Amino acid sequence: MATTAYATKTAAATEGPWSSAAYFDVDGTLVDTNLLGPTAWFLLNQARPQESLIRFGRALLGGPAMALAELRDRRLFNELLYANYKGISWDRMEVVGRDVFEDIVEPRIFRGAQELIDQCHKADQRVVLVTGSLDHVIQHLAEYLGADAYITNRLEFKDGIATGKLLRPVVAGPEKAGIIVEDARIHDHDLAKCHGYSDSYSDVPMLSVVGHPNCIKPDSKLRQLARAYAWPVLDIDRAPSGGPR
Amino acid sequence: MSLDHPCVVTIDHSSRPRVLFSGTRLVEVDLPVGTRVMYPKPPLEGLPDPRAAVRYALNHPMGMEPLYAMLKPGMKVTIAIDDLSMPLPPMRRPDTRQMVIEAVLKHLDDYAVEDIHLIIATAFHRPMTSDEIRHIVGDKVHRRFWPDRLYNHDAEKPGGLKYLGTTEDGIEVEINRRAAESDLVIYVNLTFVTMNGGYKSLGTGLVGYRTLRGHHNPSTIRKTESYMEPERSHLAHKMVKVGKLIEEQVNVFHIETTVNNRMFGKPLDILARNEDDLSDAEWSGLQGLVRTLKWLPQNARQAIFERVPAPYEMIAVAAGACEPVHNYILEACEKQLLVPIEGQADIGIFPIPYISPYNVGAFLNPILVSVMTEGYLHNLHKGSPIVKKGGTMIIFHPCTDKFDQDQHQAYAEFFHKLLPQTRDAMELHKRFERDFAKHPGYVQQYRTGKAYHPVHPFYMWYWGENGRAHRGRVIVVGADNEYVPGILGYETAKSLDEALRMARESAPEDPSITCFRICPVLMADVQADPAPPALTVEAE
Repeated sequence: MATTAYATKTAAATEGPWSSAAYFDVDGTLVDTNLLGPTAWFLLNQARPQESLIRFGRALLGGPAMALAELRDRRLFNELLYANYKGISWDRMEVVGRDVFEDIVEPRIFRGAQELIDQCHKADQRVVLVTGSLDHVIQHLAEYLGADAYITNRLEFKDGIATGKLLRPVVAGPEKAGIIVEDARIHDHDLAKCHGYSDSYSDVPMLSVVGHPNCIKPDSKLRQLARAYAWPVLDIDRAPSGGPR
Repeated sequence: MSLDHPCVVTIDHSSRPRVLFSGTRLVEVDLPVGTRVMYPKPPLEGLPDPRAAVRYALNHPMGMEPLYAMLKPGMKVTIAIDDLSMPLPPMRRPDTRQMVIEAVLKHLDDYAVEDIHLIIATAFHRPMTSDEIRHIVGDKVHRRFWPDRLYNHDAEKPGGLKYLGTTEDGIEVEINRRAAESDLVIYVNLTFVTMNGGYKSLGTGLVGYRTLRGHHNPSTIRKTESYMEPERSHLAHKMVKVGKLIEEQVNVFHIETTVNNRMFGKPLDILARNEDDLSDAEWSGLQGLVRTLKWLPQNARQAIFERVPAPYEMIAVAAGACEPVHNYILEACEKQLLVPIEGQADIGIFPIPYISPYNVGAFLNPILVSVMTEGYLHNLHKGSPIVKKGGTMIIFHPCTDKFDQDQHQAYAEFFHKLLPQTRDAMELHKRFERDFAKHPGYVQQYRTGKAYHPVHPFYMWYWGENGRAHRGRVIVVGADNEYVPGILGYETAKSLDEALRMARESAPEDPSITCFRICPVLMADVQADPAPPALTVEAE
């Protein structure tokens, strides 16, 4: 796997030429998860049970602060959330990351997610996952779905141990838009031809920089916006209307 | 041909105003003296026992063995069914398709045929909902087959189509895999106007993009003289080739039906009649309806017309081989629809109603207004178009900038992003169609939501191509804005008087005016005036 600027290329990556790119948020968009589920799993699956309990307990105590941060600033929320990973080794993150993918993420992939990504490839689009989740999990999802690259939050490690800080840029809210603009520039994509997909109002900046924004199972605020600006609203968890069920 | 056909009325000083559709509203207009008004023919009598007629057709088919003789236990049968785009609005139950399907299933059950699938032949139309399917197939059939063995065709399903070959003119033919691999396909058709049915049913309804793009394109439409006359339709010629290629490999038994034009039951049936023939009470009722609709909100107006199914009745049914069956049904269809007139008009007046084949349960958006104008109303003729080449079409519609978000989102993008760049169908086809065809979000909406396929707005625009090439101007009366008509290439007028004044500026002196009083549906059988003799200059 090679890293180009923020995007990490997957083993399954197609070589192009691409007509454009499709940028996907992940949690709530392709998978029926949020950032909290995988974090709880990480914290509860440490090498020693006491450590798991302590970490989980600390995270619970930080809950109100995280809730407030979520209301104010998505990036601050991410920073508080990932501070709970402080002291976990890189090896452990990799091992538990695979478990999180297999036990939490994979069973919750929306039934139409794979077809949508295949459709993007059919349209010669480079598929990039852009998410606040961690690379330790998303690398597996990206390979599983056949995405070409992923851009995730990344923990800082010192001597193989997480410091509890996130590397810059933090993939959240308006920052996602800047990351996409940069990625499109590096890969020579015309943003007007690129597609974006998200479920959350917090991703409006990301959806606004691409020419073709799409909403998947959007929250109520994003749904309202989608109605006002005629952005397609998709439900990829529904069976196709055609063909036998 | 005769000028005194009872459905063609000439306005005189004692004529009442005419009441015309303008979307979901009705407007009362005073037409100039001398204007010809074409009305639909009164509904033909329905078949006295349509179920018996269906049974008779199945047992006495044209050009094929009776259905029962083709059946054997263990065979694989697919019943393909026309979708909700016809008739308009949806008909009162039982739908003719229900009567046919029930009779067919009785035969299949008698012969122990168990592997049966029923597929709604939607092509790139929106998928029908479970309730809509129940409405056309009936409760019993729906209960027995939905959703595992009764479903919409999905033209984008991975592996869902089977390639059958390429026609001599290069159309790649692929159809629904289940149908292609069946021992017998039974196509249940409802022909509403004369361009429906025949080879088009299977060659459009159960195919995918590779096939559709071969005949749904600007070049084919430009070469099509008349949609409603198969022999003069380049589009129909291509369909025939596609259909024949399919039938070389798939055993198809066609069952076609057609209905009369009884679109309105009581008390709305006054809408179908000549205003001068209404009693005073009926005329007052009609004026009351005009006033009521003026003040009701859009949704309520739409509901008044849409929620009440039309009392159409079956007037003909035939079964067997495609061509004899289709010809028989076309004859019945023409008998109901054709109204003869002599000579084309310099100015045509066309009310645009609330409904088209592509907006059942949704608003008639601006693209569909153009489809109705230049696609359908211009083309609802045999012989020559109603309006002379270069003449003016005056239409009535609010042209509201509104698109149904579930059904027509790709239409909105087509209208707002592409049409302002160009109205040239060939340029739209070449520059943009491919990207829309593959738009992953829109394709997903077509597959899992209620949306038309993203290529559909292109097809709609192409549909108006020969109308656009023929007409001179289109003037909209009653538009609630200027920019929508502007994007479509139309002018606007505040009233019919103003529109006529504008139209006269580019018309010959003392222009002939014809009003095509649609709803219910009708077709003009136009005998064009003979061309004037060429000017000759005698040599001195």
